Amino acid sequence: MTAEAAVKYVTEIPEEEVSRVSEWINSEEYKEKNFARQALVINPAHACQPLGAELAAHGFEGTLPFVHGSQGCASYYRSTFNRHFREPAPAVSDSMTEDGAVFGGQNNLHEGLENAYTIYKPKMMAIFTSCMPEVIGDDLTAFIKNARNKGIVPQDYPLPYANTPSFNGSHVHGYDAMLLSILQTLTEGKKIEGRCTGKLNLIAGFDANTGNYREYKRILKEIGIPYTLLADISESFDSPLDGTYRAYPGGTPLEDAADSINGKVTLTVAPYASAKTFNWIKDNFSGKHISMPTPFGVEKTDQLLMTLAKEFGKPIPESLKAERGRAVDAMTDAHQYIHGKKFALYGDPDYLIGYVTFLLEMGARPYHILCSKGTKKLEKELQALLDGSPYGAGCKIYINKDLWHMRSLLMTDPVDAVIGDTHGKFMARDAKVPLFRFGFPIFDRVNLHRMPLIGYQGAINMLTTICNKFIDIRDETCDDRNFEMMR
Amino acid sequence: MSKETKKKVDCITMESTQAMIDAAMEIYPDKAKKKRAPHLAPNAGEGACVKSNRKTVPGIMSARGCAYAGAKGVVWGPIRDMVHVSHGPVGCGWYSWGTRRNLVTGVNGVSQFAMQFTSDFQEKDIVYGGDKKLRTLLEEAHELFPLAKGISVLSECPVGLIGDDINSVAKTASKDLDIPVIPCNCEGFRGVSQSLGHHISNDTIRDHIIGTREFREPASPYDIALIGDYNIGGDVWSVKPLLEEIGLNVKAVWTGDGELEKIAATHTVKLNLIHCYRSMNYMCRVMEEKYGIPWVEFNFFGPTKIRESLRKIAEYFDDYIKERVEAVIAKYDPIMQAVIDEYRPRLEGKTVMLYVGGLRPRHTVNAYADLGMTVVGSGYEFAHGDDYERTSPEMPEATVIYDDASEHELEQFVNELRPDLVGSGIKEKYLFQKMGIPFRQMHSWDYSGPYHAYNGFPIFARDIDMAVNSPTWKLVNAPF
Repeated sequence: MTAEAAVKYVTEIPEEEVSRVSEWINSEEYKEKNFARQALVINPAHACQPLGAELAAHGFEGTLPFVHGSQGCASYYRSTFNRHFREPAPAVSDSMTEDGAVFGGQNNLHEGLENAYTIYKPKMMAIFTSCMPEVIGDDLTAFIKNARNKGIVPQDYPLPYANTPSFNGSHVHGYDAMLLSILQTLTEGKKIEGRCTGKLNLIAGFDANTGNYREYKRILKEIGIPYTLLADISESFDSPLDGTYRAYPGGTPLEDAADSINGKVTLTVAPYASAKTFNWIKDNFSGKHISMPTPFGVEKTDQLLMTLAKEFGKPIPESLKAERGRAVDAMTDAHQYIHGKKFALYGDPDYLIGYVTFLLEMGARPYHILCSKGTKKLEKELQALLDGSPYGAGCKIYINKDLWHMRSLLMTDPVDAVIGDTHGKFMARDAKVPLFRFGFPIFDRVNLHRMPLIGYQGAINMLTTICNKFIDIRDETCDDRNFEMMR
Repeated sequence: MSKETKKKVDCITMESTQAMIDAAMEIYPDKAKKKRAPHLAPNAGEGACVKSNRKTVPGIMSARGCAYAGAKGVVWGPIRDMVHVSHGPVGCGWYSWGTRRNLVTGVNGVSQFAMQFTSDFQEKDIVYGGDKKLRTLLEEAHELFPLAKGISVLSECPVGLIGDDINSVAKTASKDLDIPVIPCNCEGFRGVSQSLGHHISNDTIRDHIIGTREFREPASPYDIALIGDYNIGGDVWSVKPLLEEIGLNVKAVWTGDGELEKIAATHTVKLNLIHCYRSMNYMCRVMEEKYGIPWVEFNFFGPTKIRESLRKIAEYFDDYIKERVEAVIAKYDPIMQAVIDEYRPRLEGKTVMLYVGGLRPRHTVNAYADLGMTVVGSGYEFAHGDDYERTSPEMPEATVIYDDASEHELEQFVNELRPDLVGSGIKEKYLFQKMGIPFRQMHSWDYSGPYHAYNGFPIFARDIDMAVNSPTWKLVNAPF
């Protein structure tokens, strides 16, 4: 080969090639290749454990989330919450670098704890790990004990810590691990035989919708049930703008969390996001322990209210009965705009179960259901929901697949809409269907995290969002002669 | 500050600024105080007045990212026609997916790949290594995205810790698949900030890309490359037409809306125009040494700096370009003046504090001045001494300069100086808005843009005006 022939020129991709491949990626053939992937993950619908740990930590009074690991990790988690909630998300890291890899992260942890404790004056620091200390095998138990012995923090200062390796599970599992450690730490030695707070302890799970938390609290107030909402992020991530910055604007009071071990009933409405925590609670908390699905739709809200009424011996108030009636009224009024429509859904397990429940209740079809980090148990539970309704027939579940798989599904077996989070906007645009942003994160719409999805009001909200969008599409796309006053 | 004498701000003196710094540091433990003190100083007017590029103090709530962020988010990520694999666990790629606003041309998944590709490491990959998985996923990426011109492999923390050899996997795969596969050892624990990620990425471009292609069309004396513009909010799409309007051929863009093969052929241009000095001066120096290509820094924020920069660029060319530059300036001057006439009356005398990365803490200072505003504090997340040397002359005397500022320090300074606007990042935005202080994100242009060049300035002016003068700020204090 001559030297000249060896010259490689800059090439342009011919337009025809772009067109050809554009069509090819929408084909059945491509779908098969796409589903045959063994190693490459494209557009996953889940993040890593520490993100969930940070959310749980933000849910407690005066608590500073503390990342033991590289500083870039902390910046990524913080900015994710900043973008979703459009709120501050104060958290620190101990900035481990190369020497941490050689000597371990104890020096960083100790220096970090001393500085954060002094500067940001938290009532509690919730420590969780990113990859580096997990790979090198840092011993957090020993490091923290040493920190106390060195007087870096007082002996009785709460320092819950969770191992949250990013190469295992998802943000949902990190939430669970951190919540468990926080409860273990705060309730230690607080169990008093014979004492009952008379309260409900409620666990909402990895739920990044502050409106939902407010809705739970409103419902409990309506019935008149005293409660401790554990990991309550509603004020932390939806605080007023009044000219004063508060680093810790809300969260579950630490005293209440400590006393939760003496509660009357502990209820999780997020079985998947609090599995480990709930298991531990069953062995350690007084009172009753109840696990229920997230109350999406009327029936699951009914179940929640009946359970609460029964356990606390209170009648369901007229106000909530009326609210139920209004939700059903809204649903019958609007059913014709959603009945029979096909949906593609993706998200976290507890939310997915919620979407499916709600859609089936409306006579809509949860057609492609995808969880990019799920289990056989989840698949079985979803399948049972589908089997229990005629509208579930022909609907399929995809566990541990990603949004690039889902794109193939949208192109080869189309739906009317997608329910998920902001990350689905590209495939929804390609498929020319609307994307309903009910999940996490929402980076491209305002105030949706304030709109509750749970309970009767949540059902009305989802319904209104979905049906009006379908009507908008009809108005925007119909012939002039079919463009009419009423819909 | 070319013509006038050094700018001063009423009430800000070396003493007052130092006192403000000392007060902010009072709360720090001694060791932290000792470490942080050299990073905060009143502007002495010349030289680097603060220490920089040092390890972040643990626990101080820094805004910094990591080497991976510098590689994925800044240098490699914006190259549109490559698959960029976040090699390691799922998180890093997920957080950096679409969150920098480096816009791209093309068809998503066909000719541009602004997506999240990851090897999604599991426990077994940590234990047994991820090299085999990497090899498989490179083949899968090549099969599913046949028009991708290359693949970058961006290492996350675990990869470097478990001793994987991505370089050898990439080398073999590159040969077998017949496309460039670039291994980039940008693990997040390396170095002290994003900055090392930029440097490592520049080195990989040097080692694997530059000089591997040639432009088919004959060279012209007006061939240039645009370096260090990442097309945030479409900046490149504002800059490129302007450079073309003055008669230059923009042969390659590094790396905003970038194309791999054009980057590979950049060694044949006559001049490199560098916008973000921090992230790409390394490659400019390499191209200067190896290929004799001169490089020049320029600033396209605000009409004053654009004018200055266009004339500076013209100095490298003949009268043809010089004349066109003057014609272009004459054409845009009145248009820019109209923008200033509209907004300046509402912004005159207002103050700004900046805390960003790259080049903006110095480059935007004069754009604010064009609108009648004064920058009273500035600093960088990941700068080096040469950035601060370039910053001092731009900033008014004695104003505060901060390096790798902690959230506490920023909060204290802003509380003390009460600027009319803070320009910083997403992590700072809501803190200052809660304080009732108008804010614009200056990394992402707050989902607006472009801000560069003549097309950008009217948008910049509009955005600053709307932030500062939004009637919503009047509602912050309740009447009861």
